[in-house]
Amino acid sequence: MAVMNMVQAINSALALEMALDDRVLLLGEDVGRDGGVFRVSEGLLERFGAERVIDTPLSESAIVGAAIGMAAYGLRPVAEIQFMGFTYAAMDQLFTHAARLRSRSRGRFTSPLVVRTPYGGGIKAPELHEESSEAIFCHMPGIKVVVPSGPYCAKGLLTAAIRDPDPVLFLEPTRLYRLIKEEVPESDYLVPMGKARVARQGGSVTVVSWGSMLDTVLKAVEGRDAEVIDLLTLSPFDVETVLASVARTGRVVIVHEAVLSCGLGAEIAATIAEEGILHLRAPIIRVAAPDVTMPMPRLEGRYLPDAARIGRAVDQLLEY
Amino acid sequence: MKTESRKDKLQRMLRMMILIRRLEEKSAELYSATKIRGFLHLYNGEEGVAVGVMETLTPEDAVVATYREHGQALAKGIGAGAIMAEMFGKQEGCSRGRGGSMHLFDAATRFYGGNAIVGGGLPLSVGLALADKMQGKSRVTCCFFGDGAVAEGEFHESMNLASLWKLPVLFLCENNLYAMGTSIRYTQAVQELAAKGAGYGVPSAAVDGMDILAVEEAARIAAEHVRGGNGPYFLECRTYRLRPHSMFDTEQYRTRDEVEEWKKRDPIDLFIQRIKDEGIWDEAEYVAMESDVAEEIKAAVAFAEAGTMEPVEDLTRFVYAEGGRP
Repeated sequence: MAVMNMVQAINSALALEMALDDRVLLLGEDVGRDGGVFRVSEGLLERFGAERVIDTPLSESAIVGAAIGMAAYGLRPVAEIQFMGFTYAAMDQLFTHAARLRSRSRGRFTSPLVVRTPYGGGIKAPELHEESSEAIFCHMPGIKVVVPSGPYCAKGLLTAAIRDPDPVLFLEPTRLYRLIKEEVPESDYLVPMGKARVARQGGSVTVVSWGSMLDTVLKAVEGRDAEVIDLLTLSPFDVETVLASVARTGRVVIVHEAVLSCGLGAEIAATIAEEGILHLRAPIIRVAAPDVTMPMPRLEGRYLPDAARIGRAVDQLLEY
Repeated sequence: MKTESRKDKLQRMLRMMILIRRLEEKSAELYSATKIRGFLHLYNGEEGVAVGVMETLTPEDAVVATYREHGQALAKGIGAGAIMAEMFGKQEGCSRGRGGSMHLFDAATRFYGGNAIVGGGLPLSVGLALADKMQGKSRVTCCFFGDGAVAEGEFHESMNLASLWKLPVLFLCENNLYAMGTSIRYTQAVQELAAKGAGYGVPSAAVDGMDILAVEEAARIAAEHVRGGNGPYFLECRTYRLRPHSMFDTEQYRTRDEVEEWKKRDPIDLFIQRIKDEGIWDEAEYVAMESDVAEEIKAAVAFAEAGTMEPVEDLTRFVYAEGGRP
């Protein structure tokens, strides 16, 4: 075991998969000679060469499009888009081709690719560099959406994503890149996709969250009898684990840093209402950002859900 | 109307270049002091482009810029105080503190924005120019973008549309040789960017962007072409970014020696030498100019410091029109 931050853990997953499988390659802006905007791909060009660590022009649509083509031919491309706000330029390729190649060809063609992108706020960057628009991607059938909350699950999930037969959007919480360090195996291992993790056990309230919000949620529930579920895979999300917890606690708070309306919290709440409403002892509460563009850094703290807001929501349910 | 003397004109241009340089230096310092938050992309080394081009535009002409736009904003006439306050996130900033360094906007000077998305400004400039044409206004829309943007589809879509519809757009490429952290030799099949205009029937030229007077001359030809109703023009200014891409860039992609070599062609130094060669250099006036610029920067910082924060109640405002139609 080694102690790694998330940048090191992701780098380790990429290096191992590239060493184990010749079909795996990286492409994106500044991923090679510069080592990546957040240094995630540092050292990989030197180790695997420019044919497998490909520096691209600023052409997000072509990066993802080329990855689709390579994947359709059996390669396992891992594309990096520097910030989630820049994936919008590549959405055409992601939505119109990556997501539906399998369906359109009735399984004859597939696009087993990964698009990695840093996402989320709290780094004092302006709007497009702090996007948290995961729900848009979850809405599109054919794409899986995965988001780790720490180094250990980042490495295992990325390994699973690269080996997955379908296109995966892999979101990396920018704020946590170097914030959390933990023990991470140096060899390869899987954290299975589609399976949530119980990050903390408790009996009176279930808090469902993921990615960049998870460490804030864990701080917020300190001293309370709360169970915290780290979704890890957002699409398709692990309904079973969520419902099992709700069946025990009867109370649910969903926390995400994306804006409230039509956020993933709405889908989770609807699913609980449809399949587990008889377990509920209180209304479901969502703690999310207000429906505005991510503001400049000065108001960032008011925008992102913080431990105080989450704690109040939990208490509100406990007192209900 | 009194015509400006050669000496006065060159001094005015030099002062603007120095004002931009000093603003950038101060911004870097204030960023380190966390007075400025958000990302910060500095223009050091490219001042000759913004100042040279702006000489050929009128106050009625529109400018669309990139996220490295403090220079264009100053040269177009936005005050240093409004820019500094914007970077501080204060309401007195030109975008009321919500845009930050990358999104300076100002209707009064017809400055249609910095833009955090590479290539994002090009289609916008096509729209501005189309609106001008429809309204019979003979204004130029000057769209600044970098060499990186030339790889984006929006560059090609915009060049084609502007040419097809004969729109008054001056496509102004600041080729600083790096698309963020990757050299142009790894990102462009044809590195002579000006050559790309031919495919769209857009007259094009390339000029030494470190030579402000050469930039001005080339931009004047370009702007006159556009203003004359002849459709768009593509001008590539070959320049160099003397500082890192942003404040977080460790510059693994270029050598110290390369940067030092380019510093010998610092556009401000080259321009000062040029003024000396013309025999109209006045050392005392230069010293006075530097101190005048220092005062202006000091005043800008004081203005930003004294500015007010957006009230928390305003967090959710300006998402939609308030009170019916805007």
